[in-house]
Amino acid sequence: MAGRGRGVAAFTFNIDALGISRGSMPEARVGPSPLFPSIDFKPVPLKAGEDEDYMLALKQEMRATMQRLPHNIKPQSNKSEVERYTERYLKKSQIEDEDWTPDWSLFPKELMPQTKKPRAKAGTKKKPVKISRKETEDMLSKLDELAKNDDRNPEKSDDETEKKPGNEEEEEVEAEEYDEEDIEEENDYIDSYFDNGEDFAADSDDNMDGEATY
Amino acid sequence: MTAQEVRLCGLLLHEHFGEVVEKVGTHLLRSGAQNLRTIIHETGLSVDLVKKSLMVLVQHGACLFSSGRKGPGSPTEYRSGCDRILRILRYPRYIYTAKTLYGDTGELVVEELLQRGHMTMSGTVKTVADRLTQNMEEGRSMDYSEVSSAFSKLVETHFLQRCPKLAGAGTADTSAIPPTPESFPDCYKVPHMTLVGRGKRQLAAEDGEDQRNAKRQKMDSENSESVPGIYWQVNFERFHLHFRDQAIISAVANKLDQTSSEIVRTMLRMSEVTTSPAATCTKPLSANEIFRSLPASYNIPRPILDQYLTLLVDDPMEFVGKAGESGGGMYVVNLHRALANLARATLESVVQERFGSRSARIFRLLLRKRHLEQKQVEDFAMIPAKEAKDMLYTLLSQNLVQLQEIPKTPDYAPSRTFYLYTVNQLPTARMLLQNCYKTVANLIERRLFESKESKRLLEKSQRIEAILASLQASGAEPEQLTEVEEMITAPEKQQLDALKLHINKLDSAENQVDETIFLLESYVNSTATSTG
Repeated sequence: MAGRGRGVAAFTFNIDALGISRGSMPEARVGPSPLFPSIDFKPVPLKAGEDEDYMLALKQEMRATMQRLPHNIKPQSNKSEVERYTERYLKKSQIEDEDWTPDWSLFPKELMPQTKKPRAKAGTKKKPVKISRKETEDMLSKLDELAKNDDRNPEKSDDETEKKPGNEEEEEVEAEEYDEEDIEEENDYIDSYFDNGEDFAADSDDNMDGEATY
Repeated sequence: MTAQEVRLCGLLLHEHFGEVVEKVGTHLLRSGAQNLRTIIHETGLSVDLVKKSLMVLVQHGACLFSSGRKGPGSPTEYRSGCDRILRILRYPRYIYTAKTLYGDTGELVVEELLQRGHMTMSGTVKTVADRLTQNMEEGRSMDYSEVSSAFSKLVETHFLQRCPKLAGAGTADTSAIPPTPESFPDCYKVPHMTLVGRGKRQLAAEDGEDQRNAKRQKMDSENSESVPGIYWQVNFERFHLHFRDQAIISAVANKLDQTSSEIVRTMLRMSEVTTSPAATCTKPLSANEIFRSLPASYNIPRPILDQYLTLLVDDPMEFVGKAGESGGGMYVVNLHRALANLARATLESVVQERFGSRSARIFRLLLRKRHLEQKQVEDFAMIPAKEAKDMLYTLLSQNLVQLQEIPKTPDYAPSRTFYLYTVNQLPTARMLLQNCYKTVANLIERRLFESKESKRLLEKSQRIEAILASLQASGAEPEQLTEVEEMITAPEKQQLDALKLHINKLDSAENQVDETIFLLESYVNSTATSTG
């Protein structure tokens, strides 16, 4: 600190001991070193020979081949509507490789793409069916217990009608639905919907007669 | 996993597998082991793109998966290593070596396996036979048995190996280390399979031919593929041992003469099977054995052989050492020391080419004498003080030379401290290795830049080539061909030629920097195994 007042270039130690004198210091750096400094010695030229040429050809061929293989994954590109002229000519010269089907025993199970899709669809379908099945099973088990306790069918139906809240009505509908699904084909339509049979059909016919068809 | 390595791996992945795989790969390299959900979340790509990229990486051995850290129930974790991806740089060298050792068939087998990652034997044989048949004359085709025999030879000499089975895919795998291919006893056993058939030519679609082809295909599929689930991959370590041996032999040939290199080649060949990959030196061989195993063309008399061996032992490069006196003298090839010397020669040559021969003299001096003061450097190197100082400071600023302080007093006062210049070979080699990675990455980027600049011109020339090819196939007159050729103007042609020259130069430079990378990597790895 004391030296700073008199002159910044005062060393705190005896400079001669290092073997350098003040005059022989390299210049201070001004800013970062240049990005492409000029070099004194030019680099040695590349080796050129048969081996090197062959390996060069191998490298370029391998690069071209690997870009055509199915391993080369291209990001989803929007297909242009008009197929460009260049692409048509380029495609002609390429031999399309088949899709790659790997051996799944070597990969972890979670990388398999197929199993995800049906699960997604089946999941949404199964949910209402599952819930209804669960609830209907509960219903049925309750009913069975009650049946065992009472041993009378009319009482069972009384129990059914006595349960008033809307949930049970829905359960009832679903119970019917479950039974009917068992009997008839699996489809999404609730057959009990059409149970009011002729009225509904008559109504629809009336509608058909009444309305003009476009 | 340094920044330079990751950058180079990213560029290589992009070139060979596309940018989606590059994104996933570089993310894995930077973040270590991760499970699928994290990768999807952090890269922001869609689920099946990430899955496909992971599959490609696993197929090529660039990514390993294992059950998670929390035990067998947790999701599988994927981790990736730089080493395997950096091998992509060396693919041309592997293929060329296979060609020199096993001919065109071996070359194509190795090429197919490198391109596909791993394949079954029958798949490889079929593809290679088809490719060979393509290039043969009309009416001749390649027999499967020839290709199979080339394949078996490659496996016997350990250039190809079986892929390790997934031991812990479903069951609880307690060992954290994935099984290496060598841990399976059947690693190098070729299964008994008779592949009968011939290669098929890819013919232009004609109905009659198609029917015949379909029939032939059915017959072939009956005979082949009897053993499912055995996949083969290229054994890079074996190739590396081969390259190392080649480097030692050529170094001996350069330093001494052809006969000594033949002797060393014989010694290395005899100890191929008995030496483990990480061994410091080969098993001792007696001079009698060497004499008997020399190739027939070199009929040098016994006393001359002894003289050559003595010369080799006395040479300061220490390639060959004497391990005993029995059997006419027991000799070993010092593998690790040879690698260290080769690396040292590389370092010296780098200094010479960048800073001149006098700086190289200082560098070599410091390598030999370990620690020297400023004054001693000037005296030993016989260089005037001012220039020696300058050169030393340049080398110091480039980190090729380090300064070691030895204090005389506990308070490190500069006037009472010795400052010694020194060179540490291993850290300097590591630094140069990173420089090499950076160099290759720069070369690749420059090449991509050049092709992007002239993209329009390249596309035009490709189009014209395609037109020419189609015209020639349909039998056009020469005037039409010349007309099409003239669509490229003369200056454009010049530009194209210059572009081609630049790209070839850059590509060739990549291959040759890779040779230096191989030497330095082998040296660094050899020290790691001997000290660790």
